[in-house]
Order: sequence, then structure tokens, then C-alpha cells
Amino acid sequence: MNNRKLGLGVIALSVLAIIGMGVLWAVYGWMPAQKANLAPVIDGPFYFVKWASAALTLGVVLAMLYLMVKYTRKSETQRSEVVIPNTIMETAWIVLPTILVLVVFTWGFKAYVTSNVAPPGAYEIYVKGKKWLWEFTYPNGVVTNELTVPANRPVKLIMTSDDVLHSFYIPEFRVKHDVIPNRYTSVWFESGQPTATAAQLETPGYDFVQVFCTEYCGTAHSAMGTRLNVLMQRDFDTWLASVETPSEASVDYGEKLYSQKACITCHSVDGSGKVGPTFKGIYGRQQQMTDGSVVESDEDYLYQSIVNPGGQVVAGYQNQMPVIALDEVQIQSLIMWMKTVE
Amino acid sequence: MASTATAHADHQAHVQHHFVSSEQQFDSAKMGMWLFLITEILLFSGMFVAYAVYRVWYPEMFDSAAQELLDPFKGALNTIVLLGSSLTVAMAIRFIQDDEAKKAGWALVVTVLLAGVFMVIKYFEYTHKIHEGILPGVHYSYEGLTTPYVGIFMSIYFVMTGIHGLHVVIGMVILSVIAFRTFRGDFSSEYYTYIELSALYWHLVDIVWIFVFPLIY
Amino acid sequence: MSTATAAPAILPKGHEPTHNYLKEPKGIKSWLTTVDHKRIGIMYLFTVTGFFLIGGILALLVRLELIAPGETIMDQDTYNQIFTLHGVVMVFLFIIPSIPASLGNFLLPIMVGAKDVAFPRLNLASFYIYLAGALLAVAGIVFGGVDTGWTFYTPYSLETSAGVLWMTMAVFVAGFSSILTGINFIVTIHKMRAPGLTWNRLPLMIWGLYATSIVQVLATPVIGITMLLLFFERVMGIGIFDPALGGDPVLFQHFFWFYSHPAVYIMILPAFGVISELVTTFSRQNIYGYKPIALSSVAIAFLGFLVWGHHMFVSGQSEVSSIVFSLITYLIGIPSGIKVFNWVATMYKGSVWLRTPMLYALAFLFLFTIGGVTGIMLGVLAVDIHLHDTYYVVAHFHYVMMGGTVIAFIGGVHYWWPKMFGKMYNQLWSTIGAALVFVGFNITFFPQFILGSQGMPRRYHDYSQLANGEPVRQDIIDLFTQLHFMSTVGSWVLALGLFVAFFTLLASLRKGAPLAEGNPWGAATLDWTATTSPPDPHNFHHTPIVTRGPYDYHLLDELYGDGGDSGDGSKLGDGSAAPVVVTPSKDSEV
Ligand code: HEA
Ligand code: HEA
Ligand code: HEC
Ligand code: CUA
Ligand SMILES: [Cu+2]
Repeated sequence: MNNRKLGLGVIALSVLAIIGMGVLWAVYGWMPAQKANLAPVIDGPFYFVKWASAALTLGVVLAMLYLMVKYTRKSETQRSEVVIPNTIMETAWIVLPTILVLVVFTWGFKAYVTSNVAPPGAYEIYVKGKKWLWEFTYPNGVVTNELTVPANRPVKLIMTSDDVLHSFYIPEFRVKHDVIPNRYTSVWFESGQPTATAAQLETPGYDFVQVFCTEYCGTAHSAMGTRLNVLMQRDFDTWLASVETPSEASVDYGEKLYSQKACITCHSVDGSGKVGPTFKGIYGRQQQMTDGSVVESDEDYLYQSIVNPGGQVVAGYQNQMPVIALDEVQIQSLIMWMKTVE
Repeated sequence: MASTATAHADHQAHVQHHFVSSEQQFDSAKMGMWLFLITEILLFSGMFVAYAVYRVWYPEMFDSAAQELLDPFKGALNTIVLLGSSLTVAMAIRFIQDDEAKKAGWALVVTVLLAGVFMVIKYFEYTHKIHEGILPGVHYSYEGLTTPYVGIFMSIYFVMTGIHGLHVVIGMVILSVIAFRTFRGDFSSEYYTYIELSALYWHLVDIVWIFVFPLIY
Repeated sequence: MSTATAAPAILPKGHEPTHNYLKEPKGIKSWLTTVDHKRIGIMYLFTVTGFFLIGGILALLVRLELIAPGETIMDQDTYNQIFTLHGVVMVFLFIIPSIPASLGNFLLPIMVGAKDVAFPRLNLASFYIYLAGALLAVAGIVFGGVDTGWTFYTPYSLETSAGVLWMTMAVFVAGFSSILTGINFIVTIHKMRAPGLTWNRLPLMIWGLYATSIVQVLATPVIGITMLLLFFERVMGIGIFDPALGGDPVLFQHFFWFYSHPAVYIMILPAFGVISELVTTFSRQNIYGYKPIALSSVAIAFLGFLVWGHHMFVSGQSEVSSIVFSLITYLIGIPSGIKVFNWVATMYKGSVWLRTPMLYALAFLFLFTIGGVTGIMLGVLAVDIHLHDTYYVVAHFHYVMMGGTVIAFIGGVHYWWPKMFGKMYNQLWSTIGAALVFVGFNITFFPQFILGSQGMPRRYHDYSQLANGEPVRQDIIDLFTQLHFMSTVGSWVLALGLFVAFFTLLASLRKGAPLAEGNPWGAATLDWTATTSPPDPHNFHHTPIVTRGPYDYHLLDELYGDGGDSGDGSKLGDGSAAPVVVTPSKDSEV
């Protein structure tokens, strides 16, 4: 393999890489859809830096390939010429990047301030992260596990955690902040188009905005995502007024809560072990505890297990279960449903 | 800075083969020790930062905890003891430079003894606290002062003084070995690198305490 | 160096040096108790490469799990342990010791014209301390495993399995080894340089190692105390990092990144040193701007201490600190840019010779630039809000760590291999290896930039399920699946390339494989001109005397012939006489 052939190989691979990257860029793009007011604010500096970076990288690579070809070694005895570094060049590549980064800094800084300061009068929702679900508390006391917000209105989330660090992330809103125990942090946004009508929320497969947890929080960190629904203000009001818990406990409602309240993350119904024991045949089962005692699983035991999970821990499991916000009807429904899981 | 080429013939017994001269070896050892001391200072700085942060977070708790839980008298006594021991190691170096190995050895022995006194006083402080339940973090159970989070103060106290105490103990071991070797006649005004290095280390232990004492007590 | 000492050092092809550090003294015990920096370097080389392979195999498992949505080959807990182990092994057991402890140990004394490092016994001790650290890490895996991520964030690390205790001690102990190496290097560079080797004549590899050592000495104690505090927190509940006791988890992050950001420069600065050597040697050209390159390493080391907060823009640190950290973060781009531009410019009017090490150097320039500019992207305050803890960050740091440091490391190993073992590897196969690594690397990690900016969070075992058991939005699953699939396929190409590269190197060690020439690349630094390949156990017969800069090819008459007496009596006088060292030979061409 002589120098010239290798040079061609280097050029071929470099060009291949550049084209490949370009194709991926063109096909997939970078940022997800802009669904809230902050998205354009953040995408501005992003795309500026992206193009500047692409130009810089391309410049470096092309210069490299050019010099490689132009000054390729032609014979064993070829001597290089003495080069005295050019001061103008040396200064230029200090000054120009400096200017560039200062521009970027100022831009990023302004966008940061915008994204940080919620306008007064924003609609406030309290958010609690726990392993591994989110709880959203609205001003009227309603608690849900999916976030529903009014469209075209500033919303401020005031967030804290019950256990470890989590992070609340809405890619299409460009919103993210860590959620910390014993501290409140907040984010705000003003979402654009509604994603659904109140009626659609009842039907499966409707469009929603994806929420992720982005701070590693243990086993089911990757299954801590939830939905965000944007409703028109009118729809939102109707929806908020209608989310009350049924006044009567029922098996159906219990089954719904099983997934809504994310019991499903840790408890299976098919007998397989997850983070917690399976619900299959849970009622009436003889349960061995870590302290050695054996308890028969009756209503009272199930009740205690839900309201005070750390009280008695089933042998072979960690004390991992969070206290989940549930009212009496909900607990009753869950218990009624659990008794039916065979 | 660069060493000068010296022929192998100049090598004295204590000069290792890869050094060209005794000075080069001594300078290298001393520089190495200084760098090591810098890492030690940074290790303690980490704890001082933790101290500063929590002091800003919980200023009242820090004031009351220091007043009620710690014994400044014992702390002050220990400061004096350590300062004295710093003086005696410094004397050891003077003596060895004058080729008075015996005296140097005794100066080191006194240093070790003073360090021992320091540890005894520390022992009384610790046992008293453990007895009263003035313990770090979750283990704190003293009834006399129940300001919230006072356990954190005690954690900082125990971690700092504990790691410092560990350094004192290590210093005692090193100084004892060096004292032994001094009596054996390993060192002279020509070659006393190890006395110099262990003295540097001991001064560091002393200086750290000089910061710990006024901050915590 | 004086021609008098250089002449016997450089042997023509097929001649073995009379003394060879690999063979004297003999026996496994002589290796395990050696204080020879070269042997310690070689032992490090094989150990860190071993950990790289382990870390790499873990990475392949991570990639395989992500090839499709849902659970593919392992459950959540296993996945969490595997990526943590991948990160811990790669960072603490591979990349931090990689270049400094292996190539650095081998080369530093030779390049400064010394017989050994200043404290040879300490050097051996640091190797065993490092092994002890590795052993503790293994203990961590055996006693419960670790699933915290390599960052050990509290409070999660306080409540998960007890393996964390072992792992924190492993990091503490490995850090101690790193400090000892750093101290040793600094003192050696200050005190042991050969006569005539002024600071301005130091090879840039030495400047890189010098800057690295400073960072090692100044930053590592902080990770030491952090790990100690975490250890006490777990065994005694001291409460400093535990919010339940009034402690502050964000403080832990400050402590952690105060070390771990400078640590990324511990990883990259030695790589910068290697690249400077490769680019000059294979361009037959003095470095374009010696001082800017040397001093920018020091500037990066210094600035590196002031930017740790850029890992915490969304963690709840104060806004003002975020702004300051962001500003200083950009400033690091400038000295890094100086380096990249100067390396490229070094080829100007040079004589570019494309041997395998140079191919890696060119790959480095390409990949590190991408890694660097995407780092700048992450430093943009507002943009990082969106990109933090997504695959964009994962792609960024693999471009700088794998595409930067590891590529430079492999390039350096190819470059110094004939020096270390006296053998030459097969050029064709090593070229194929390099090409596969370059292609595979890009297929693996470029899609991750897109994944990240499209919102794929990192440390995810799966990307298809919500907390209520229902699926993530379908178009998101589809997008992520395609890109993850590409990335996983890329990791196979990458693994194949690495296999070819390593196998080609190892194959050259077999009996009967061709011996290397004394200075096969026609390099100009002391390691090539003043010692045999492989070197004598004492490196030099006489302490070399240095009379010129490390890359003064125009003064390198001993390499090119001085145009004077060409041996057969014909005086050409035009510099075209056959070089003494770069002997043309057919089989070294293939
Ligand atoms: C070898 C290791 C290495 C190196 C060298 C770097 C280099 C840089 N890194 Fe990187 N980084 C990591 C390893 C490394 N990083 C790791 C491991 C993480 C993640 C840790 C974790 O969370 O697990 C991380 C994360 C990380 C973050 C946090 C992201 C987040 O979690 O949200 C940020 C943010 O600012 C950042 C920035 C930078 C910058 C600005 C540089 C700069 O030093 C780059 C400078 C180089 C260039 C800029 C290219 C060359 C210059 C030019 C061609 C000139 C022209 C350039 C300009 C005008 C800008 N890095
Ligand atoms: C030096 C640092 C380093 C290196 C080199 C690598 C190399 C690789 N890494 Fe790693 N990575 C990290 C440091 C590194 N990584 C860190 C710090 C994290 C964060 C962890 C955390 O979140 O806590 C991470 C996380 C990380 C993730 C994200 C996991 C997640 O967030 O869920 C992924 C996913 O793709 C990944 C993939 C890879 C791949 C495919 C490689 C490949 O480049 C690996 C290539 C190597 C091999 C494939 C070796 C195999 C070789 C052979 C088989 C040849 C055998 C030959 C002989 C025996 C002769 N890494
Ligand atoms: C973070 C994971 C997690 C979530 C979410 C969770 N659990 Fe649990 N659960 C556990 C673990 C672990 C145990 C076993 C240890 C114990 O007994 O505390 C457990 C135990 C139980 C038990 C006793 C089981 C037995 O076999 O004796 C009941 C009943 C229960 N959970 C109900 C629920 C309900 C109802 C929900 C949802 C509203 C829920 N859990 C959500 C982890 C979880
Ligand atoms: Cu909650 Cu990750
Ligand atoms: Cu960083």
C-alpha cells in the first residue's frame, strides 16, 4: 500500500463519513416538533451552533485532507521545508473563535433567562416525583398521574421528590429540571395547540406529548414516563371539574387504578416477580415477612401494605414501595380488584 | 533546573543509580513530598468546603452546637501540644545538620510523645461525646441540644478530627521509625532526607489542626 | 543529541540490540518486582487494555439490549448494573491510567533523557495500588453489584445495594495510584531532564503528560474525600449528602464534578501529547507553533478547574453560577482550537507519510473536533436544558473519549510498538483495522447525537413503556428504534475493527515475525534517536546531550544524510544523499 493509495482511502472514508452524517441530518433532523413557547427560543441558538459547528468541522477536515494530498510524501528522502509560523494566522484562530463563542454565550444566556423566569399569574401545578411515577396536584386538590394543562396559558410546575433525584423532561417543550427531595424546583411553559379534546382522553391511542424522567432513579427509571395532554381552556375546565373519584368503590375502578397509579411498574398480575411481589393470588396467601413472621394476606393486611408500605416488608423484597396518594375509595377499589386477581 | 551530567564515579552509597547526584536526589524527594502535601491540603480543603457550605446553610445551628457540644479548653490544649511538637521536629533537623544524631533522635522521640499526648486528650474528648450520644448524623441522640440537623455539625466534627487523628497516628509511626534510624546512625548532615520529609509532613498535620481548631471549636 | 551517542543507538533492520529490557533480567518474578519504568509501563499497557476489552464487551451488551424496544436480552436491574460497570471500568480502570501510566511510564524518562522516573519504587507501588483498586471494584460486583451510574449521585447511591461501598473504595484507591503517578511525573520532568533539554525543547508528549499530572495531583484528592464522605454516609449515616438528614445532594454533585470535569482533561491531555508526536513525525515537519501547543495544554488544565458546574445546569444550582460556568466552558474551546488548527497546519509544506499511526492521528482530528464542538453545544445554557442527560451527551463524550483519547491511545501504541517490542506489525491489516474502527465508530455514535436531540434520555433500559404500562407515543418509539438499531450495528463493526487492530499487533509478537528497524518512522525525539529498539535496561549508555528542539527535522542530518559524504565517496552536497535511518525496504511498505 503506497502513500497515494492510502491517501485516496482516507479521502474516501472521510467523504463517506461526511455524506453519511449529512444524510442522517437530512432524514431525521435534530429537534423534535416545537409544541410550546420555549421551543423556538432554545432552537435558535441550537441551530446556530449546529451550523457553525458543521462549518468548522468541515473546514478542519477539508484543510486536513487538502494538506495531506498536497504535501504527501513522494520519496523516502523528501525533506520538508522550514516553516515559520505565521503570526497573523495564529492570532486569527484565537480571535475569531473567541468572538464566535461570545456571540453564542450571549444568545444562550438570554434564552436561559427567558426559560427560567415564569411570567406572573402562571397556572400552578404541584408535581411530585417518586419511584417510579409522577403525581400532579391541581389547585382544586385533584391528583392525577398524567399531566393535563390548558393551552395558550403559562403553566408553572412546582416540583419536589419523595425519595431520590428525578428529572422532569418534556422534549417537545424543551423543558427539563431535576426534581430534588426536600427542595422545590420549578419549570414553566406555555403550550401551543391542544393535543386532544376532553372526550378523546377516554379513548386509547390519542395523541399526547411525551414526558420522560431523565435523572437516573433506579430500576424502573426508563419506565417513569407519562403523558401530557393539552386541552383548550374550556375543555380543561370541564375536565378538571369531572375528575373526581367515584363515590363508590368498584373492581373496575381498582383495575384502572392499577395501571394509572403505576402499581403495574412493580407488581405483575401474571405471577412473574418484578420489583414487588405479584398480585396473582395475593388475597388469602400466606406471606413470609423479612422479620420471619408469617402473615395471612387479608383486607387489613392489604390496606396496611398500601398506606404504610414500610411497616412490614415481604421476605425477598426491598422496602422500595413509595407511599402513593390514594383516597379511601381508591384503596377500597384496589383491594376489591386485587381479590379478583387469580 | 536540568541536571548536570556527573560521572557514575561520584555516586555516594545513598544515591540511587538513576540519579546523577546527591542534590538531585534530595531535591527530587523534597519536591515529591511538597506535591504530596498539596494533595493532603486539598483532601482537607474538601472537608473545609463542606464545613463552609453547611455553616452558611445553618448558621445558628453551627454556633450553638460549637458552644454547647465541644470543649474549647481541650482543643486549645491540643493546639499547644501540637505546636510544641512542631518545634521539636524542627529542632531535630537543626541537630542533624550539626551532625548531632543523638540529640536529633531525642527530639524526634519527644515529638512522638507529644503526638501521643494529643491523641490521649482526643481520646477523652471522643469518649465523653460517645457517652453522651453526641454522635454524627443519624446516631446523634444528645438530649441537651436538639436544634434540627445538629447531627451534621457533629458529622463534620468527627470526620475532620477523625481523619486528622489518623494522620497524627500515621505521623507517630513514621517519626518512630525515623527516630530509630537516626539513633542507628543512618543520617548525617550529608544525608537526612527522610528526617526533612517527615518533618514537612508533621508540619502539615500541625497546620491542618491550626485551621480545624478555630473553625470548629 | 550529539551524533556520537545517536549512532550506535539506531540499528538497521534485522539487528537485535545487545541488551534488551524485555529479556534482562529473566523470569516472571523479575517482572512482578521490577522497578524499571519500561516494564511497569508494559504491565500497565496489558492491564488497561484488558479493562478496555471488559468495558467494551459490557458496552456491546448495552448496545444489544437497546437494539429493539422492550426487554431484549436482560432485565432492568441487570441493564443498570451493566452500564454502570461499563462507565466505571472505562473511566477509572481504563481511560484515566491508559496513556499516562502505560505509554507515559514507558516514554517519559526516555524522552527526557533519564534512566528512570524519580521514584521507581513508588512507581511500582502505584501499579499495585491500581490493581488493588481493580480488585475492590471486582468485590463490588460480587457483593451486590452497583447500579448507580458512574456518577454515584446521592441519595440514590445511599439506598441501593452495598456494592457501592466497595466501588467507592475502589475509586478512592485507584485515585491514590493516579496521584502517585502524577507526583512521580512532575518531579521527573522538573529534576531529571538531560543536559541541554530546556523547557522549550521538551517533546510535546512531555508537555501533555506534565499538564495531566498537575491536574491529577490537584483534582484527585477531591474525589478521594468525596468517596470517603460517601463511604461514611453509607456506613454511619453522617448526613452530609442525605436530604433526609438535612444534607444536600447537590453538594455531592459539586464535589463529584469538581474532580470529574478536570478528570476529562486527565483523559484528553495525554492524547493531545500523542497526537503532537504523531503529526510531526509523519509530516516530517516541525510542529506549527510549539509554544501555543505547549501552553494551551497548561491553559486547558487550569481552565478545566473552573467549569465543573456545566454538568449541573438543570440540577438546582444557582442561576448565577450556571452563567459563569457556561462562560468559562466556552473559553476552553479556544486553547483546544489552537491545538487542532496547529496540528492541521503542521502538515503544511511537510512530507506527509501515511502509516497506521498517522491514520489514527487524522481520525483523531476529525472525531475530536466533532466531540469538541458538540461539547460547546452542551455548554450553551439554554440548549443544555434540552440536551442534558440525553444521548446527545452520551454521543459527545464518546466522541471525545473513544474518538479522541482511545483513538490517540491506539495510534500511540501502533507508533511505539516497534520501540517497545522491537517488532513490526503487518501494515495492511493494521490499516484495515483502523478503517473499520473509524467507520464503525461513526455508525455507532453519530446516530446518538440525533437520538439525544430528539429527546432519548440516557441510562434507559427501554424506550417503549410509560409508568402506567402503556406504550410511549408510537412515532417516538419508531424513531428511537431505527437510530438505536444503527448504533448497535455500528458497535459490531467497531468491535470487529478493534479485534483486527489488536490481533495484528499481537500477531507481530510471535516468534519469527519481522524485527523492526531501530527508528522505522524516522522520528526525531530522544526515544527514537538515542535508544535501541527495544531499549537497553538502563535506557542509555551515556546520558544524551540535547542540542536541538524535538522536531527540528531540518537539523536532522543524521536521519537524512547531510548531503555530504554519502558513504561511497560521492559528495552530493544538496541534501539528497540516502538517509541513514529511513532505509527504504520493500516489506515495511506492505
Ligand atoms: C475526554 C473527555 C472529555 C473532553 C475532552 C470533553 C470536552 C468538553 N466537554 Fe465534555 N463531557 C465528558 C468528557 C469530555 N468532555 C463526559 C464524560 C461527559 C458526561 C459525563 C456524564 O454526565 O456522565 C461530558 C459532559 C459535558 C457537558 C455536560 C452535558 C450535560 O450533562 O448536560 C458539557 C457542557 O458544557 C461538556 C462540555 C465540554 C466542552 C466545552 C469541552 C471542550 O473541552 C471541548 C473543546 C474542543 C473543541 C471546541 C474542538 C476543537 C476546537 C476548534 C476546532 C476551534 C473552534 C471552536 C470553537 C470556536 C468553539 N461536556
Ligand atoms: C473511556 C471511556 C469509554 C469508552 C471507550 C466507551 C466505549 C463504548 N461505549 Fe460507553 N460509556 C462511558 C465511557 C466509555 N464508553 C461512560 C462513562 C458512560 C456513562 C455511564 C453512565 O451513564 O454511568 C458510557 C455509557 C455508554 C452508553 C449509554 C448507556 C446508557 O446511558 O444507558 C452506551 C450506549 O450505547 C455506550 C456504548 C459504548 C460503546 C458501543 C463503546 C465502544 O466504543 C466500545 C468498543 C470496544 C469494544 C467493542 C471492545 C471489544 C473488542 C474486542 C471484542 C476485540 C477483542 C480482541 C482481542 C481479545 C484480541 N456507552
Ligand atoms: C416502586 C415500586 C412499587 C410501586 C409503584 C408499588 N409497589 Fe406495592 N410493593 C412494592 C414492593 C417492593 C413490595 C414488597 C415490599 C413490602 O412489602 O413493602 C410491595 C408490596 C405491596 C403489597 C403487599 C404484597 C404482598 O405480597 O404481601 C401490596 C398489597 C402492594 N404492594 C400494593 C400496591 C399498590 C396498590 C400499588 C399502587 C397504588 C403499589 N403497590 C405500587 C413496590 C411497589
Ligand atoms: Cu425518575 Cu428517573
Ligand atoms: Cu465537564
